[in-house]
Amino acid sequence: MTDITSLSLFELIKNIKEKKISSNEATKSFVDRSEKSKKLNAYVTENFENCLKLSKEFDNKPNYDLKLPGIPIAVKDLFCTNEVRTTAGSNILNNFVPSYESTITQNIWNEGGILLGKLNCDEFAMGSSNETSFFGNVQNPIAKDLVPGGSSGGSSSALAANLTPVTIGTDTGGSIRQPASFTGTVGLKPTYGSCSRYGIVAFASSLDQAGPMSKNVKDSSILLEVISSFDKKDSTSIDFKRNNYSSELTRNIKGIKIGIPKEYRVDGMPDEIENLWKKGIEYAKDCGAEIIDISLPHTSYALPTYYIVAPAEASSNLARYDGVKYGLRSSGESLIDMYEKTRSEGFGEEVKRRIMIGTYVLSSGYYDAYYLKAQKVRQLIKKDFDEAYNKVDAILTPSTPSSAFKIGEKSNDPVSMYLNDIFTVPVNLAGLPGISIPAGRDKNNYPLGLQIIGKPFDEQTVLNIAYSMEEKINYKNNISDWWME
Amino acid sequence: MDGIMSKNNSEYLIERNDNIYEVVIGLEVHAQVTSNSKLFSSSSTKFGAEPNTQVSLVDAAFPGMLPVINEYCIKQAIKTGIGLKAKINNKSVFDRKNYFYADLPQGYQISQYKYPIVGEGNVILDMPEGQKQVGIERLHLEQDAGKSIHDVDPSNTLVDLNRSGVALMEIVSKPDLRSPDEVNAYIKKLRSIMRYLGTCDGNMQEGSLRADVNVSVRIKGSTDLGTRCEIKNVNSIKFMQMAIIYEANRQVDLIEEGEEIDQETRLFDTKKNETRSMRSKEDAHDYRYFPDPDLLPLEITDEFIDQLKSEIPELPDDKKKRFIDEFKISPYEATILVSDIDTAKYFEEVVAKMGKNRDMKLAVNWITGELFAVLNNKNIEIAHSPISAKNLAKLINLIKNGTISGKIAKTIFELMMDGDIDPQIIVEEKGLKQQSDPKALEALIDKIINDNREKAIEYKQGKEKLFGFFVGQAMKASGGKANPQLINEILKRKL
Repeated sequence: MTDITSLSLFELIKNIKEKKISSNEATKSFVDRSEKSKKLNAYVTENFENCLKLSKEFDNKPNYDLKLPGIPIAVKDLFCTNEVRTTAGSNILNNFVPSYESTITQNIWNEGGILLGKLNCDEFAMGSSNETSFFGNVQNPIAKDLVPGGSSGGSSSALAANLTPVTIGTDTGGSIRQPASFTGTVGLKPTYGSCSRYGIVAFASSLDQAGPMSKNVKDSSILLEVISSFDKKDSTSIDFKRNNYSSELTRNIKGIKIGIPKEYRVDGMPDEIENLWKKGIEYAKDCGAEIIDISLPHTSYALPTYYIVAPAEASSNLARYDGVKYGLRSSGESLIDMYEKTRSEGFGEEVKRRIMIGTYVLSSGYYDAYYLKAQKVRQLIKKDFDEAYNKVDAILTPSTPSSAFKIGEKSNDPVSMYLNDIFTVPVNLAGLPGISIPAGRDKNNYPLGLQIIGKPFDEQTVLNIAYSMEEKINYKNNISDWWME
Repeated sequence: MDGIMSKNNSEYLIERNDNIYEVVIGLEVHAQVTSNSKLFSSSSTKFGAEPNTQVSLVDAAFPGMLPVINEYCIKQAIKTGIGLKAKINNKSVFDRKNYFYADLPQGYQISQYKYPIVGEGNVILDMPEGQKQVGIERLHLEQDAGKSIHDVDPSNTLVDLNRSGVALMEIVSKPDLRSPDEVNAYIKKLRSIMRYLGTCDGNMQEGSLRADVNVSVRIKGSTDLGTRCEIKNVNSIKFMQMAIIYEANRQVDLIEEGEEIDQETRLFDTKKNETRSMRSKEDAHDYRYFPDPDLLPLEITDEFIDQLKSEIPELPDDKKKRFIDEFKISPYEATILVSDIDTAKYFEEVVAKMGKNRDMKLAVNWITGELFAVLNNKNIEIAHSPISAKNLAKLINLIKNGTISGKIAKTIFELMMDGDIDPQIIVEEKGLKQQSDPKALEALIDKIINDNREKAIEYKQGKEKLFGFFVGQAMKASGGKANPQLINEILKRKL
């Protein structure tokens, strides 16, 4: 039999339901492989022993009606997990153990999932390469010293390396889709308001959205079905009728209209990205989709808008980490001195940079010129999409302007790092669903992704297009396990 | 003459050299919303609990915790807005007011900045010289902070988060107040309206009502506003008045010395009876207000507002008008009776229990006289009056129908306090019923005249003062129970 860890989530569930594999066997396989993969530095906190114990309990009293029967799952360390340390990749929460559970992880445990561990990420999800984590860089299993993307870099690395059958990340400006693209995996950011933010360490509240990351589209549909729910504990959660995403998944997308936005053809975009996009258009046509050229005129303002709105919200969201109630406290001469020392030692460079940007753009005298204007532009970006969706059902773009880069290559150049999010950020600003699927390789054989953007709450169409294109593209990751001795 | 001009009304003017100054005051009142749970969490708001026992994960701002609006607090704010005859805004926005302090767990307070839930309104004050209208600028909802305790541990500051997240209404007046007396009347009126509505208990000792006081001065007659100072967080009317007097005089002194007034935030030191600078305008916090992305804008339909309007009880101004029209009492008496909802309730119950043959004059006098005196002496709220409205009404009826005299009634009133005893029972048990049998009284008076023949003659000769002597003797002989009106009549006839 093939290695358990290389099975897709769907296959693993099938095997467990057919009693060919026990939950404990599956868990052992993922724990063993994770133990051998420490060089990837994908985990911040391992929950292996407890996971093995719980898998045994599941096997003793199995419930195969659940959607994730006894499935071990590692999650991004931004989700608060009851009695399991939650760090958000930051020194300031280094020893923080929540007494509560995020709604999304609770939804997973309710369906039979078991927590395997907490995965590394950029500090407070601020980064595109996982290099801002207090717990160190994460290796991309594709090649040595390659970044796995970010901020859900631990998640993409663990997933691509088969350390977890599936995982969840969060996406504020591309933090699910970009790492998926860098690791040859699938990542879906749902519509803002589909998945509860309760219990997720906040970065930028109006943009943050959790979503599934998986080895194929079907697995994402299974996980989305579990995590998407209306939650009264999150005032921005929306009560809409959610599909049975996995059972309604179909490759019949004949006649569906897919828009190609000309503004995404940015200056200096490498040929291989341009070619990938062209290939993607052909695949979509092969699937029966109708291709329509569209315009999203305010696209070029998306990145600057994002880098005002997100830091502004972050500067306020991170004010609670002050050393008073929980987390790191450095001793000081006075209250102010304690604040300054705690926050200086507790936060890394990138987080400090964004707190400063956010504080600046909200300051009196600058508010109108920056924050208020950014909010207005954000409305225009939203309107661009609304108008486009009068003509098309979905939009196809590249996921990222380049493939994965080397660790250290961009870490001293924040602007070039921010440019990574150029194709993903507009989707967050407009609150839309977007998925990245692996679609090809660059000259170094590193994976490249295509992004499909949908109408609000129309995750089903996004998944269906991705599902049919995935079959035509027929991409397979080729991983050598180089990090194992 | 230097100093404060004498006054026989609520005016407050300061005279220095040849200049007469008036003081311009605006208040920002922080009123705690009456609600069992907090503005954005389900924790209890009960006063006096052990420190940090009424704190949820939201109140303590744990990572990933989100605020969820308490609909009841929204209703309470709207009701208060209706009571202030104010515009209720169909759309309002919760903003974050960002600043660091140990008792502010989120690092920001959720408040309303540009778009408050309630807009302009007004409040009517009853002043000795007549009614005065004070404009309301706005009312907005916000969270209270926790409490820093500096005086328990010598080397540490302790933080109690029980108050953290409790709903407050900030009611901002226009700069329409001109004297400490008007401030007193304004606070009492606001408190009265909110107590009628049940939206704030107005308990200043428990901190349910506090105010920031904005004070400036100007030459009387001027229409320009002077530079103002804000005195933070004053928690009693007396302190507000003291702070205003100190601050106004300080500002006048500065102007007279040719100095500038700095716009600043000041604190009132209740022990030294002075205000002192807390921070200047240059040091003012930059609160970096922006809409809270965790909360959607609050949208309120007209139907929702109309529903709440239909639940509003009769408020003091309307009640006063009705009391004057329906009960024919004076505006002064009506003002006293409606000022507190429990007094008004008590009065109306007395009126109802008196029945058809009611005597308003007696009812008003007994409540505002005897009853108020007892409540004041014993420091009891009227809601816990030792004599119920029902029994006071009975007592008044006994006077009205001539069963007892007013004098005996006072004796009975004292006895009633011992367990809210029915006055009828006291009258019967103690035999205090008034003697109103003309024949018996005639016999009694004949005897008195006989016993005091010389005085009767003097009276007839014109010494009319002696009439009182005979009344007194008759009352004494009857043990105070004789009907005074009958005694007068008989005496006049017989003498």
